[in-house]
Amino acid sequence: MTGTLGKDLLGLESLTGDQIRLILDTAEPFKEISERAIKKVPALRGSTIVNLFFENSTRTRISFEFAEKRLSADTVNVSASGSSVSKGETLVDTARNLEAMRIDMVVIRHSASGAAQFLAERIQSNVINAGDGTHEHPTQGLLDILTLRDRFGDLKGRRICICGDILHSRVARSNIWGLNKLGAEVAVCGPRSLLPNAIDEFGVKIFDRVEEAIEWAEALNVLRLQFERMTAGYIPSAREYNRVFGITRERLDRAPGDILILHPGPMNRGVEIDSDVADGPHSVILAQVTNGVAVRMAVLYLLAGGKPELAEAAKGGSGRGREDRE
Amino acid sequence: MKPILLKGGTLVDPSQGLNGVGDVLIADGVIKGLGGTIAGPKEVDVIDCAGLIVSPGFIDVHCHLREPGREDVETIATGARAAAAGGFTAVCAMPNTDPVTDNQAAVGFIVRQAQRAESARVYPIGAISVGQEGKALAEFGEMVGAGAVAVSDDGKPVASAQLMRTALEYARTFKIPVIDHCEEPTLSVGGSMNEGIVSAQLGLKGIPAEAEEIMVIRDILLARLTGGHVHLAHMSTKGSVELIRWGKERGIRVTAEVCPHHLSLTEESVRGYNTNAKMNPPLRTAKDVEALRVGVKDGTIDLIATDHAPHHYDEKEREFADAPNGIVGLETALAVIVTNLVETGHLTFSDLVDRMACGPARIFGLPGGSLKRGAAADVTVFDPKARWKVDASRFVSKGRNSPYDGMTLVGRAACTIVAGSVVYRSGIPARGREKVNRTRG
Repeated sequence: MTGTLGKDLLGLESLTGDQIRLILDTAEPFKEISERAIKKVPALRGSTIVNLFFENSTRTRISFEFAEKRLSADTVNVSASGSSVSKGETLVDTARNLEAMRIDMVVIRHSASGAAQFLAERIQSNVINAGDGTHEHPTQGLLDILTLRDRFGDLKGRRICICGDILHSRVARSNIWGLNKLGAEVAVCGPRSLLPNAIDEFGVKIFDRVEEAIEWAEALNVLRLQFERMTAGYIPSAREYNRVFGITRERLDRAPGDILILHPGPMNRGVEIDSDVADGPHSVILAQVTNGVAVRMAVLYLLAGGKPELAEAAKGGSGRGREDRE
Repeated sequence: MKPILLKGGTLVDPSQGLNGVGDVLIADGVIKGLGGTIAGPKEVDVIDCAGLIVSPGFIDVHCHLREPGREDVETIATGARAAAAGGFTAVCAMPNTDPVTDNQAAVGFIVRQAQRAESARVYPIGAISVGQEGKALAEFGEMVGAGAVAVSDDGKPVASAQLMRTALEYARTFKIPVIDHCEEPTLSVGGSMNEGIVSAQLGLKGIPAEAEEIMVIRDILLARLTGGHVHLAHMSTKGSVELIRWGKERGIRVTAEVCPHHLSLTEESVRGYNTNAKMNPPLRTAKDVEALRVGVKDGTIDLIATDHAPHHYDEKEREFADAPNGIVGLETALAVIVTNLVETGHLTFSDLVDRMACGPARIFGLPGGSLKRGAAADVTVFDPKARWKVDASRFVSKGRNSPYDGMTLVGRAACTIVAGSVVYRSGIPARGREKVNRTRG
C-alpha cells in the first residue's frame, strides 16, 4: 500500500510541486520532536528499516538513523564497502535477500546512478534514495529547500544559485528539480568543465563568474569539490579553484543585498568556501543539518502511509502512522 | 538434394533491377530458373510464396557469435541458426572472442564450427592487431588464406593512427576492407550512453558524438592517404553521415554501415536505466536517427548490419554503468527496418534488399547478393506484412537482451535458403541444411 507519495522516493524529478510542499509541510511538526528531552514518537513502531549504504556516508546515514529512531522504527545498518559487485553479490541478489526478510523500507546509498530505482522495481518494500551516483539525492534537496523556505517563506521568484561541480553532483540535480517545481529562479555557477554540456536545457541561468552569481542571487548553495576532480583533470588545482570560484568574505561583501549561504557538507574549508563565510552570519549550514532529520522523518512517515494531517497528532504520540495503512 | 520451386512470390532483386511476381527454381545449390511461371521438374519441393517477397539472402557483416570463449551466451551454431531465423543466409563474425581471432588457426576453427552448424554461412573477420591490443599487426595474409573476409579490432577502437595507416596499406594486398569501430577512447572513457540532456538528467557519464566523428574523419583521411578500403562500423551520428558524404564525394574508398537500433531508437530509451538500451556506440538523438535514415536512403551509408551482441541476462540485470554494451539483433533486424523505415516511407523494399543483401555482398566481396541464374542459391523469403510481437524468450539466439522485447513489429522471415537447402522455415528453424522437416519439440 502506498501513501500520497507513491511507493518510493527516488528523486525530485518525479514529484509534483504539491508533493514537495506536502513533504515540507509534514516536516514542520516533526522539527519540534528533536527539540524535546525525550525525542521519540511511536509513528513507525513495529516497522523495520534497512539502511543500505554501499558508499561511505556519515552525515546522511546518521541523519536517517535518527529520523527512523525518533519515529520508533527498528533499524539495521548495512555498510558494504565498495560496490556489491566487488563483494561478489549482485544488487539484485541483495534486493531479493532483503525482501525475503520481510522488511518494510530500504534507505539506499549507492555509487551507481539508477541503483535506487533498480532496487525499487524489484522489491515491494518502500525504497528511499539516499544518493545514487551522480543522479539524485532527494532528501538533501528537500532539506535544502526546507532551509530556504524557513528564511524566505514562499520560494516563488526567489533567486537561488548552485555553485561548483554541477556535473557530478546529485545534490545539484535534486535542487534544480525541486526549486524549479516550487517556482524559484535557479542558476548554476562553476567552471564549464564541471557543468554538463547540456546545462542549457535544464531551465537554469548560467554564470561563468562567481562574482556575477553573488550579484544576482539571494542564496548560494555551495557544493563540495571532490578531490578526485583535480586528479581527473577537470580543474587544475584546489588553490586556483578557491581563487576563481571560492566563496570568500571579500566576494560576499560586494553582494548588493542579504545573501544566504548553504552547503550540503562535508566542507572543504579554504577550497569552495572560506571558514569565515561558513561560520559567518550568512551561513545556514547547521540549520540544514537540523532540518535534515525533520525532512527524513516526514518522508519516512508519508511513505509508510501516514496521513499528512495526522503528522501533528503523530507527534503528540498517538501512534498513528503505519497502523493507518489498509 | 531435391530441387525447390518458390512459387508466386514477388521477386525483389536490385542487383538486376528486378521487382515483380515470378517463380524461382533452385537445384544443385544454384539458381536454375528465374521469373515468369516455371513448371519445374517432377520431383520438386514447392514453396508457396504468394504475398511474400523473394530476395537475395540477407548478409550481416557485423555480429558477435561469442565462440570461442563465451559459449554460455552464444555459439557459432546458435548464432548461425538465429541468423537463419532472421532471414540471414550469411553473417560475418567479429574477432573479439576469447582467445581473440587473430591468427589462421583461430579463423580455421570458426570456419569448421560454421560448417558443422549447417545453417547460415559464417565468415570470420580477423583481428587487425595481435590480441586486439592495438600494437602489432596480425597476420592478415594467413587469416585470409584460412577464410577471413575482413579485419577489425571491433569493440576496441584502433587508437593509434599509425597502426590504422599500416593496416589500410597492408590490407590492400589481400583486397579486404579494414573495419573500424570509431571511438576516440580518451573522450569516451567511462561513458555509458550518449552525452546530452538525458545523460545529464540521469547522472550517467556521456559519450559525445564527437568521440565517433573524430575517428570517422581520421579514418577517411587515412583511407585517402593509403588508398586502402576503410569500412566504418555502426555509424550513429549525424556528423558521421556528413563526414562520410564528404569522403565519398572525393572518391575516397570509405564504406559504412548502420544498425537497426540506431535507425529506430533514441537516447530516450535509456530512461529508467534500461540496460537493454545500452550499447556502444550509444543510442543518440532524434536528429541523428533522421540523418542516418537519409544517409541509408541516399547511399552515403552502404549497408545495414546488426552488431548482434548477446549477453547473459545476469550481466544486463545490474546497475546501468556496470552493465555490458550490446543487444541481440539477428532476429529483429528485418522487422525493425520494415517497421521503422519501409512503413514510414524512408526506404522501399528494393532499398531494403540492397542494403541488407546486395550491398554487403558487393562491398565485402562475398558470394550471394543476387538471384541471377547460376548464382549460389542463398535466398530469403519474407512476409512484408506479418505483424508479430517480439518475445525475446522465444529467440533462437541464446541472447535475450533486446530493447524490442514486447513490441509489435511488421515483417518477418518466412523461409531462408542457403546453398539450395532450406535452413529456416516459418517459425520452425531446420537444424541442418538438408533437414527441412524437423520441428522443434
